Amino acid sequence: MSMTDLSPMPSKSYLTDPPGLRAWLLTQDHKRIGLMFLALISTAIGLGAIFGLLIRTELTLPGPTIVSSGHIYNRLFTLHGTIMIFLFIIPSMPASFGNYVLPLMLGARDVAFPRLNLASLYLYAGGLVFFLLVLVFGGVDTGWTFYTPYSTRTAAPVILAVVGVFILGFSSIFTGINFLVTIHTMRPAGMDWFRMPLFLWALYGTAIIQVLATPVLAITLLLLAAERTLGIGIFDPALGGDPILFQHFFWFYSHPAVYIMILPAMGIVTEVISVFSRKHIFGYKFIAYSSLAIALIGFLVWGHHMFVSSQSPLVGMIFSALTFAVAIPSAIKVFNWLATMYKGSITLAPPMCFALIFIFLFGVGGLTGLFLGALAIDVHVHDTAFVVAHFHYTMAGGALMGFLAGLYYWWPKITGRMYSIALGQIAALTIFIGFNLTYFPQFIIGSRGMPRRYFDYTRLLEAHPEFTFYQILSTIGGFLLVGGLVLVAFTLLRSLVVGPKASQNPWGAATLEWQCDSPPPHQNAAAPALVGDCYDFDNFQFDEKTRSYVKLP
Amino acid sequence: MFDALHPIWPTGLPFAQTDGFWLPDAAATNPAMDRVFNLTLVISSLLFALVVGLMVLFVVRYRRRPGMPPQKSAAHNLLLEITWTAIPLLIVGVIFYQGFVAFMQMQTAPPGCYDLRVTARQWAWQFIYPNGHVDENLHVPAGEPVRLTMTSQDVIHGLWIPALRVKQDVVPGRYASLWFQADKVGTYDLLCTQFCGDEHSNMLSTVVVQTRKDYEAWLKDAANYLKTLPPAEAGKMLYQRRGCVQCHSIDGTAGTGPSLKGIYGKPQQLNNGAAVVADDNYIRESILEPQAKIVAGYQPVMSTYKGLVSDDEITALIEFIKSVK
Repeated sequence: MSMTDLSPMPSKSYLTDPPGLRAWLLTQDHKRIGLMFLALISTAIGLGAIFGLLIRTELTLPGPTIVSSGHIYNRLFTLHGTIMIFLFIIPSMPASFGNYVLPLMLGARDVAFPRLNLASLYLYAGGLVFFLLVLVFGGVDTGWTFYTPYSTRTAAPVILAVVGVFILGFSSIFTGINFLVTIHTMRPAGMDWFRMPLFLWALYGTAIIQVLATPVLAITLLLLAAERTLGIGIFDPALGGDPILFQHFFWFYSHPAVYIMILPAMGIVTEVISVFSRKHIFGYKFIAYSSLAIALIGFLVWGHHMFVSSQSPLVGMIFSALTFAVAIPSAIKVFNWLATMYKGSITLAPPMCFALIFIFLFGVGGLTGLFLGALAIDVHVHDTAFVVAHFHYTMAGGALMGFLAGLYYWWPKITGRMYSIALGQIAALTIFIGFNLTYFPQFIIGSRGMPRRYFDYTRLLEAHPEFTFYQILSTIGGFLLVGGLVLVAFTLLRSLVVGPKASQNPWGAATLEWQCDSPPPHQNAAAPALVGDCYDFDNFQFDEKTRSYVKLP
Repeated sequence: MFDALHPIWPTGLPFAQTDGFWLPDAAATNPAMDRVFNLTLVISSLLFALVVGLMVLFVVRYRRRPGMPPQKSAAHNLLLEITWTAIPLLIVGVIFYQGFVAFMQMQTAPPGCYDLRVTARQWAWQFIYPNGHVDENLHVPAGEPVRLTMTSQDVIHGLWIPALRVKQDVVPGRYASLWFQADKVGTYDLLCTQFCGDEHSNMLSTVVVQTRKDYEAWLKDAANYLKTLPPAEAGKMLYQRRGCVQCHSIDGTAGTGPSLKGIYGKPQQLNNGAAVVADDNYIRESILEPQAKIVAGYQPVMSTYKGLVSDDEITALIEFIKSVK
């Protein structure tokens, strides 16, 4: 094998070296930290999905079905939203795959601040504990948006949830700082900014948002806690405050945060499409700059969540224009991905399936964003099921599909085991069908008059008897979608038991993480003397004996 | 000023239809929103078909086959990339402009609007008419511009009339307004869209669009009910109209608040351990100072009706509660 010069002697995998529970819990190895993040984040997906299914089941038929009142239903959708956003999507790709592959892609020993990295993991675990406490104390009913003055008046344990989110915010900031410094200072010889894998550009854009926006959320949530405990009168009009101020603060973080969720997914899709088409990525610089453009313009569009909040029409107009501007970098990425596939040699291995599903679903999510960005249309569809469908197509159809693409892509590297390709493809198909069946009907009922966060829609049926039909479709889809996710878990966990040993480079990628053992040794592999083009697949050839691509000299 | 900017879009042309699969039937003639919606629907469907069509075409045409290596093609093309930056920019520019112009039409109330006031509370809408009448439904004359000036007594609510394509958050501590012109006589749903708590999905009301003549007759009649109905029946009407019904049942089931069934004259267990007899003064206090005495097992979530009900109305409500056995 020609790549043996990168890993000169067979070394023990990071999974067993150094051994012992204590070595795992106190590890500073980015790979172990990434893997532990992956395990915790997967737990959060499971928890969030259970609450999601409870919501769907309740809405299947009008009137109370499985829960008796809005009192309980409001807690279900709040838990679903807060868990999925703060415990799954925001940390998901940076903290797990980012941690795992960033140093490997750079041929570096570790991230710049390994201890800070471990602290980030424990802060995440701490945030998770607070959310479990929220569950024990009966749940929160504010929605994940915590809008005042409802959130300052409700009897639910809002402060517990807010402290949980506050702690998770620090976990996110630590990860962001680590990535920024690592990318700036630890690139190997020959890897200038425009020779970096594009996943790292995506992580870089993400890290900028994590570091600059998250403190605003932290301050906002502290003010909310102070309002509840001390009645300082920042947000509650009864105390001389302004509830709209809270919305500005909240969305100043939470809109950029949707790009924390989607940018890493776009980065993963970029890698996957290029590798599985065996084609050099098309328009490297446009993709790289579009990540930065999304990160920067993304800071200036928060007001589009507030078109009907009674902000002035002038402000609405400016935010609407900026919102349309932020659509352009995403469109560029999609066209460049298509151009990459052009004249390629495309296989539909599971990572590629999820990357293509990403393009389809994110396409729907992005294009329905045009409806919401247009001021006049937003007035009608704001706070309806249309918005619910839109953000699930972007967040779940985008971020979750990117996450799954990454999971299937790096799984052989992370665990050293190869899964069943066929089972992975069946899971992808199930998720694709289930997803569309769940969320597409919500566009229709939303624009026809179904608001979001409604426990009971009985009284709307007189004018809209069709709602029940669409709600039933949506629930069937929901179970199919979660069934697909269970199949993903089954496929991957099964590979740990019966899967064949994964080769060094089963997909034929040219980035550095694939040029070392699967799983990599504790010390990682050293970068080659000069790093080449990470999208040049010309000299890679599949070796039947090792089931691995090897680079011809 | 924005009238001048508005590109005339004659009815009858594509995108001018006002109902169908995606949007509910409209109560106004040719709402501005519908044109932008339908335009955006066509544009985004075409873009989606283009992207997914190319994706499927490439996956099929360039699927991996033995002896078919990837073919060479350029790794970048500045002109091409500028093209697919500029064209989407132009397209979204059109949608932005159309959305903005229609929005300004929807925002800018014409002179001479018929003014009504709206008060939102957990969990009821109250519409206040020029003669002082307060009703749980929104009655409006057809074919006239109507302006609602709205405020909330507790948390943020959102007023949405899907058939009129209007929506506005109703924020405590300030006035928000919207205007519309309903042309078609009929009844339409009015919903709360900003999450406001346990009974959020029950905070519904009806818009009744009537001819001017019917509207005036209704208003005159409606305002007179205290004088024309027996007190207990007038009280029942108030119970339904002022939002009591959302939280207090009359059949004994516990809601957000205690049921009114059979409470009159009976001792009530309070959350501080004391007990108090539900007599006239207790009921009056519970309406005007709801936080003063909280029945055991309930949250102090009701806001005051001070200034919103007259003494005669309170008397009628007490008579009604007395009658709920």
